[in-house]
Amino acid sequence: MKVIVNGEEKVLREGETLEGLISSLLKDHRGVAAAVDGEVVPRDRWGASRLNEGQTVEVVTAVQGG
Amino acid sequence: MRSKFQIADRVMESRLIFGTGGFTSLKALEDSLIESGAELVTVAMRRVDTNARGSVLDVIERAHCDVLPNTAGCYTAKDAVVTAELAREALETSWVKLEVIGDDKTLLPDGSELLVAARKLVDLGFTVLPYTSDDPVLAKRLEDAGCAAVMPLGSPIGSGAGIRNPYNISLIVEQSSVPVVLDAGIGTASDATIAMELGCDAVLVASSVARARDPVSMARAIKLAVESGRLAYEAGRIPKRLYASPSSPAEGLAELS
Repeated sequence: MKVIVNGEEKVLREGETLEGLISSLLKDHRGVAAAVDGEVVPRDRWGASRLNEGQTVEVVTAVQGG
Repeated sequence: MRSKFQIADRVMESRLIFGTGGFTSLKALEDSLIESGAELVTVAMRRVDTNARGSVLDVIERAHCDVLPNTAGCYTAKDAVVTAELAREALETSWVKLEVIGDDKTLLPDGSELLVAARKLVDLGFTVLPYTSDDPVLAKRLEDAGCAAVMPLGSPIGSGAGIRNPYNISLIVEQSSVPVVLDAGIGTASDATIAMELGCDAVLVASSVARARDPVSMARAIKLAVESGRLAYEAGRIPKRLYASPSSPAEGLAELS
């Protein structure tokens, strides 16, 4: 299935969870948050959050700013 | 003993809040941050960079500072609220520097969206520090909405143009029962001193340090300027007069011709 991750299309296995996706991107999850279709998913729900075809995922962290 | 500075339940020795934007390296940021003596430090929330080396969060942790996430780059209340929620989740803080920008050339705040976002975030339990224009009425509305401080701009972000309307800043200081933090526009040390002499409780700087030729020295200069300005404010300046007022006695003057 295809999902949009931080603006780029990614092909994931069916039933992939948000936790699985984030682990594939980053080793260290400290200081990271995620939203699916514009809704923040708390960290303790990443494992249970199964992604669906066409969803938009944003994975963010703190950077230098303002 | 100088008075301490408090926002919500957080008491700070330093009246300088440090923005981390614009530094050319994390090393320059860290050295400047330590020199500044700041205890509260802003960050922005952006998409993860899987190739990034080092993190601004490590710098902030090593400096024993608290992190203040902002909602920079948001143009609607909705985006700002989601960004604040992401920051709360990522950084485990309910504090947020709320920015809702209305124009990309001036980066001036969008007052109506800002107020909507502030009300929503206060309802959601955030400690909201809004970056606002120097409009006393809007500042009052933000305070009434439950914001923990108000942060009027001196002039546009990164402009270094100083405090363009000191009268409005004075009006905001006079009316506010929450701390007033002069945010944006500081170009050099004297601007920070003026903000503090006007009675602001603190100053937030980023570009003035980050983009100085020597950021570490500018961090120290602004730290001292904030302290000087606060001391002068508490000491009470003399009134301005049109004519002179002699400082040497008129009596006992020798008769010489």
